[in-house]
Amino acid sequence: MIEPTEIKYYQVELTDFRHRIMIAAGFVAVLFLVLLARFFYVQVLEHDRYFALAESNRISVAPTTPNRGIIFDRNGVVMAHNYSAYTLELTPNKIKNISATIAELAKLVDITPANRKHFVKLVAESHNFETFPLRTRLTDEEVARIAANRYRLPGVEVKARLFRQYPQNTSASHLIGYIGRINDADLAQLKADNHYDNYRGTDHIGKVGIEQSFESVLHGTTGAEQIETDAGGHAVRTLSHSNPISGDNLVLSIDSKLQAIAEKAFGSFRGALVAIDPKTGGVLTFVSNPGFDPNLFVDGIDSTSWNELNTSPDRPLLNRALRGAYPEGSTIKPFMALAGLHYGVRTANDTIPDPGYFMLPNSSHRYRDWKPNGHGSVNMHLSIVQSCDTYYYRLANDLGIDRMHAYLSQFGFGQKTGIDMDGELAGVLPSREWKAKHSKQPWYPGETVIAGIGQGYNLATPLQLAVATAALANGGITLKPQLVSAIIDSRTGQRRNIAPEVIANAHIPPEQLKTIVDAMIDVTRPGGTAAVASAGAPYLIAAKTGTAQVVGIRQNEKYNAGRLQVAHRDHALFIAFAPADAPKIAIAVLVENGGHGGTTAAPIARAVMDYYLLGKLPKNMSATAVGATGDNVNAD
Amino acid sequence: MRIKAWLVKLATHLDYPMLLLLFILMLLSMFLQYSAAGEDNVKLLAHGINMLVALGIMVIVANVPPQYLLALAVPLYTTGVILLVGVALFGDVVNGSRRWLHLGVTRIQPSEIMKIAMPLMLAWYFHYHEATLKLKDYGIAALLLAIPVALVAKQPDLGTALLISASGFYVLFFAGLPWRVMLGMAIAAGASMPVLWHFLHDYQKNRVLTLLDPTQDPLGAGYHIIQSTIAIGSGGNFGKGWLHGTQSHLDFLPEHTTDFVFAVYGEEFGLLGNILLLLLYLAIIARGLHIAAHAPTLFSRLMAGSITLAFFTYAFVNMGMVSGILPVVGVPLPMMSYGGTAMVIVMLGFGILMSVSTHRKLLKS
Repeated sequence: MIEPTEIKYYQVELTDFRHRIMIAAGFVAVLFLVLLARFFYVQVLEHDRYFALAESNRISVAPTTPNRGIIFDRNGVVMAHNYSAYTLELTPNKIKNISATIAELAKLVDITPANRKHFVKLVAESHNFETFPLRTRLTDEEVARIAANRYRLPGVEVKARLFRQYPQNTSASHLIGYIGRINDADLAQLKADNHYDNYRGTDHIGKVGIEQSFESVLHGTTGAEQIETDAGGHAVRTLSHSNPISGDNLVLSIDSKLQAIAEKAFGSFRGALVAIDPKTGGVLTFVSNPGFDPNLFVDGIDSTSWNELNTSPDRPLLNRALRGAYPEGSTIKPFMALAGLHYGVRTANDTIPDPGYFMLPNSSHRYRDWKPNGHGSVNMHLSIVQSCDTYYYRLANDLGIDRMHAYLSQFGFGQKTGIDMDGELAGVLPSREWKAKHSKQPWYPGETVIAGIGQGYNLATPLQLAVATAALANGGITLKPQLVSAIIDSRTGQRRNIAPEVIANAHIPPEQLKTIVDAMIDVTRPGGTAAVASAGAPYLIAAKTGTAQVVGIRQNEKYNAGRLQVAHRDHALFIAFAPADAPKIAIAVLVENGGHGGTTAAPIARAVMDYYLLGKLPKNMSATAVGATGDNVNAD
Repeated sequence: MRIKAWLVKLATHLDYPMLLLLFILMLLSMFLQYSAAGEDNVKLLAHGINMLVALGIMVIVANVPPQYLLALAVPLYTTGVILLVGVALFGDVVNGSRRWLHLGVTRIQPSEIMKIAMPLMLAWYFHYHEATLKLKDYGIAALLLAIPVALVAKQPDLGTALLISASGFYVLFFAGLPWRVMLGMAIAAGASMPVLWHFLHDYQKNRVLTLLDPTQDPLGAGYHIIQSTIAIGSGGNFGKGWLHGTQSHLDFLPEHTTDFVFAVYGEEFGLLGNILLLLLYLAIIARGLHIAAHAPTLFSRLMAGSITLAFFTYAFVNMGMVSGILPVVGVPLPMMSYGGTAMVIVMLGFGILMSVSTHRKLLKS
């Protein structure tokens, strides 16, 4: 039996319940609309962004690094190449505790503290690279040991990588240069040059020498592989790929054997030698002694070796041939003589009296000759053979600095030669304009006088001297020096020769040239300043010795090598070309603190010429390099 | 003949509109799991078997008249609470929380039982105090609700605790909890937020903070949300196509067969697929509310209403979490996520709904 009130109550309650069901339905509808709005937001409005994120999740573009071009000498001898070796590589992003992983690896393979230090340095200096080598050149056994334990070492990989190697070691080091890890400065440069994309995956770049100046040729074009990867970073499949294009190979005009002979001839002397084929401008030898082992730099030089190279008083990292600027000294005299002939200031037969010094009018300052009592009556021929200073003091004064500058410029002095290597110095061929730029003082006549014997402001690199000598050998036509003679296309194998390039032509009349060359030939004959070093040569050598002062000598003092510290001794200079009647090689040699050009510099040049012209190997290197003395020869 | 008669008898207690909707959902679920599990036939078979078992349980429960269910309420609730206490004392610790209880041969998660036992108990309580309903009855009901919720929250399993309290709250709501009380509760809840925050575990705080800014910790706590949002967003209007979702197939998406299966769905079927799924859920919920509205007794009304809204809550919380608008809590997407227990609980609920639906007709006739 049901009471009416309860029925009524039941009805009210049911109505309220149904009311609440409607409210619940509204609640459901509203919240589902919230979800719908969210779906609309992420799937329609933000779809592009999320789609791109999903794509970048799964697609990784792995650059495929091109093989760097190989560098050969003129005879096909390899100067720089690549070899494949196994490396132990770590991906820090995938490793939770790097030091623990390294400790674990140290149980499997030999890892030196230097390896660790180097690894830490690489990680710190890294830019876009994900994996870093901990150790290189793993043996097969070490590779097997790591492979067997790889499952418990996530982020550790053994990769086969190509390494740059310089088989000539220290020989031609300044010439070839080296590659090293890309650092922040390189990176900024690559970005500025828009080459960055091409270096994804490349971790080395040419730092100095040919490796640097021909970087764009040697590097090649990076390929790309689009890989679909899963969340674990494992490649699932390749979506697309483009092959890398290897860098082009270079053929140098250098003769590596000649290079080695020249380097050996220097012995322990510091200095530089540049030999050029006067007909082409091709550089045959390019020595800066001492050198260094470029292989040390390839994967980051260790600090011990670096300190050794960097703090050595011999400055082995200085490329003296390219960046060492020295006074030309007496090697400038043949060019001065030509200027005198050119401007009609002197004829070949004009003689001047040499009392042992030169004085400017209205001045008591004596510009002294190296020979205290003078050479007596001196004509142009004798002035070169005996290297008479007074003759050139006077000639310079008669020519004036403006004409000297104009004429000598044609031989490349005071300007960059344009050699295919970065970083060369221009040297100094002084002029009024040059001095105005560098000093508030006006040009003084006395400065012209000492410029006449290649002193004062004058500075030239051994390379410049070689270029000028080659120009002389070439009848006054100055050619641009070239280290690379041909580029071999990596795809077609086609050889593209680099044509010689004329920089200037002094248009020397043949009889003027003959006057100078004849005098330079007599320099190498008895009575000349390079007679001893040239003795017995079956070919004619035209040469000029020189000395570059390191410290000034006071007015009434006499230069005495024995009393001076080695570091303050004069630099020895020597320029030569041979055979003098049909020149095939032009050489400039500088020996730092070597004293007389005829005694230390000339024998080095002789060894080079003997090998180049006769194929003759020097018998006793050290004797020719340092042992010869020339008491009866006046070097200067 | 006897078997046929049995089957006919069983079939009379099924709600066919609801069954049709559930079949569509299950079919969709099979396709989704095949893709999400990486075209793994073994896993698909297991999923199918889970469904069949759950379906069987649903059919059996549908044939139990509501009054028998009413009788089950107190024992089930009491057992549930005892088991929860057991868990707190002797439970196994899995993944840092104490959720499982070993019972000789098998082990169970008593908090799952509470998902059904809770509304059952509260519906039972209101059913027996229907005539003399006073405000204090709501208080007693709230206490009945609070005990198991506190035990589950302590495990800690905040997600399940919230779901249990939601299902209990729905009973209170449908039983006519006065609006002013609800308003008071809402204010009290808001006010107690800072206090509650203090009691949260660090990982729970992280989940909430991660929701606010997933990029804070992209490889840690934010990873799930970031990757699932990317998956859904990258699906666009029409999706990448069945079996063509890269986020799940390449393993960027975590838990892609279980809690995060909706991200696979959103990636492969796009906005269109999501709308269809929402409509399907909406239809099931509408049918559930319809059953509740026409239920003959207070107990069956409360049960039907609470079960339907609980089902909605699972779906909403899961989709909200996967699409990045709710914190990550361990709630599977009903009928779509892989996992037998959750599916059995959901289908048990549908069994009760069908029982309510079909026994009403019988009562009328």
